[in-house]
Amino acid sequence: MLSRTAENLFWLGRYMERAESTARIIGMGARMAMMPGRGGHDEEWRSVAAATGCAGQLSDVEEVDQRDIVRTLILDRENPSSILSAIGRARENGRAVRTALTTPMWEALNDTWLKIRDIDEDAIQRNLSGHLDWVRERCALFLGAAEATHLRNDGYDFYRLGTFIERADLTLRLLDVKYFVLLPETEVVGGGRDHHQWTSLLHATSSQRAYHHVYRGDYSPWRIADFLILNRNSPRSLAFCYDRLSEHLDRLGRGYGVRHKCHLTTNEYVAILEDQDMGEIFQTGLHEFLSASIARNNRLSGEIAEAYLF
Amino acid sequence: MFDEMLASANGVRAPYAEIDRWIKETGLDDLQARRAEAETLFRKIGITFAVYGEGGDPERLIPFDLVPRVFSGREWRHLSRGIEQRARALNAFLWDVYHRGEIVKAGIIPADLVYKNEAYLPEMIGINPPGKIYSHIVGIDIVRTGEDDFLVLEDNCRTPSGVSYVLENREIMMRMFPQLFSGRRVLPVDQYPAQLRATLEEVAPPACKDDPTVVVMTPGSLNSAYYEHSFLADQMGAELVEAHDLFVEDGLVWMRTTRGPRRVDVIYRRIDDDFIDPLAFRPDSVLGVPGLFDAYRSGGVTICSAPGAGVADDKAIYIYVPEMIRFYLGEKPILKNVPTYKCGDPSDCKYVLEHLHELVVKEVHGSGGYGMLIGPKSTKAEQEAYAKRIIADPADFIAQPTLDLSACPTLTGKGIQPRHVDLRPFCLVGKNVRLTPGGLTRVALREGSLVVNSSQGGGVKDTWVLAEDL
Repeated sequence: MLSRTAENLFWLGRYMERAESTARIIGMGARMAMMPGRGGHDEEWRSVAAATGCAGQLSDVEEVDQRDIVRTLILDRENPSSILSAIGRARENGRAVRTALTTPMWEALNDTWLKIRDIDEDAIQRNLSGHLDWVRERCALFLGAAEATHLRNDGYDFYRLGTFIERADLTLRLLDVKYFVLLPETEVVGGGRDHHQWTSLLHATSSQRAYHHVYRGDYSPWRIADFLILNRNSPRSLAFCYDRLSEHLDRLGRGYGVRHKCHLTTNEYVAILEDQDMGEIFQTGLHEFLSASIARNNRLSGEIAEAYLF
Repeated sequence: MFDEMLASANGVRAPYAEIDRWIKETGLDDLQARRAEAETLFRKIGITFAVYGEGGDPERLIPFDLVPRVFSGREWRHLSRGIEQRARALNAFLWDVYHRGEIVKAGIIPADLVYKNEAYLPEMIGINPPGKIYSHIVGIDIVRTGEDDFLVLEDNCRTPSGVSYVLENREIMMRMFPQLFSGRRVLPVDQYPAQLRATLEEVAPPACKDDPTVVVMTPGSLNSAYYEHSFLADQMGAELVEAHDLFVEDGLVWMRTTRGPRRVDVIYRRIDDDFIDPLAFRPDSVLGVPGLFDAYRSGGVTICSAPGAGVADDKAIYIYVPEMIRFYLGEKPILKNVPTYKCGDPSDCKYVLEHLHELVVKEVHGSGGYGMLIGPKSTKAEQEAYAKRIIADPADFIAQPTLDLSACPTLTGKGIQPRHVDLRPFCLVGKNVRLTPGGLTRVALREGSLVVNSSQGGGVKDTWVLAEDL
């Protein structure tokens, strides 16, 4: 396959995942803004912006509210992380490789773009959660179309590599923004506010019910961190993303008969995640662990591009 | 005006009997509703052409008219013989002007018209393209003025576009109105991509020893015909490449793939000559592939159409195509040209200036319907301004009588009305000559308008060729 095609598919995967994750994270912010607390919800909304990498865009705003978030994180055409831009860029990447997408994938993508590009700000402000649900549904439709119709060839692998690099990045950023609420000391402080803070992380990853199934409703920062970092069954955890990255890279390696540096990096990291437990991570510092993982993930993205010449 | 549906003395012409029945059965309200449905389908599939820099939606739809245009088997047999004849003569002409120039030596075409033509590439002299073919996809624009009167308006020997609409229009019609096709009387068009692929494979370069690798080369997703480029690549199972996906090494062309470099044998390019190779043509171009022309010259790759093929479809050369047919093929031209006045010729020029109000005047190198003067529709002031341009550079203009184009039933805001149409069939030339029945019918949607170009309010129709002679 053309290297340019592989690159477009990789970024298509990244942008679709970004659109979906951004919708989830804004949903978390909206939920937190409904919780009792003093004054406005500036801090909550700022952490939403930080988790999506958009803190800079809002640094001039004195008191961030839902209006700013909708404008910057959903509708801003200049902001590459806004939902509108992510879907627009996903479509541009898809359009550049029309021949590598199936018709249902293209139609799901194109239709989403045609609707979101004309969306009205007031309508979103009035019914934010309805619109966030719509974005998630559209992303799920695309994912489903890919799952059901795409040949399991190298193109599929590049698309999925993009998905999981982006997902790992977003889970790590989300945790990094919220890591202070997960530190053991807050467990001692306790209180209702912290409970909301912890569960908000689960909401942002659509995994509160899955968490109940695994840990029987017993919220503790240690377990929430475990669920989002090391639990290999949790579809948004770091370990899960790396298992998938390793699978797709292995398939490419076998198919092409060549293994590259990115294969080594991924398998090493899978082994590290397998051996670690949350105790060690907290001991060496959660924040340090998250920062190092974000950097490693970025490096891997570069190594993949290098290996397949894009 | 020749109305293709109603021109018969006893009412509806035989090829349109089915269409007439269908329109009456369906009813206007229903047809209007289905038109909106068709538009949604086109947009959903993403069949758009791009217009940047004019404001509005950059990805526009070409309006699609639901009422098909129909040819009987007999009509098509006549047309197809004429089209194939013309496509063969144009290729023979190209071979000749890049070799011995017999037609010039014989005094049939003036040397300056050929050798000083902007589209003539001296770099091509002496090069032998596989099969002696220069123009592999010839689009011939044809208009009709009467029952048996078909005229060629112009030839397109470079990279004629529009064939994707031929296929998609048919798909949409079959999806929306299956009952229209249940009689199995309409000849299919969906063999075109396979035939295009076969044509391109037939002209593989001498250096290619195995199954040839064919690619489609596009300027990129911002190009107005990008949808068509991706559509054709997809339908042929070929890679859709941009210039920076290709490089030249050891006289061969390679594309960059995730497995490393892979040989390319035949390039169906949808970019202009100027942008093929910055080393050979335009040094400022970022679109080309350095060294591509050298690889072509030495037989490492085939470029379709060949660089320099445009000299055959120049409006000044057009006048001589009937002569070419006699000269190279020894045959009588089956399709006529539109009578044309060359303003470069003093007596023709005088006539044109005196009859501006009844002629269509075109720039020799213009395209897309821009820069034309349509005499009967122009004001005195417009005619005077245009006359000054002609006097300043007469050789740059040709003029033709205003043709009374045929019209086809078309769905308008005021119901079914006749609208003027033309036809662009796509003739494939490799070792064999292949022609898909039908072509692209373009329709001038504005009442009375003769301009069918999509950039100026034209639309398209599904075009039927019936199995029966009728």
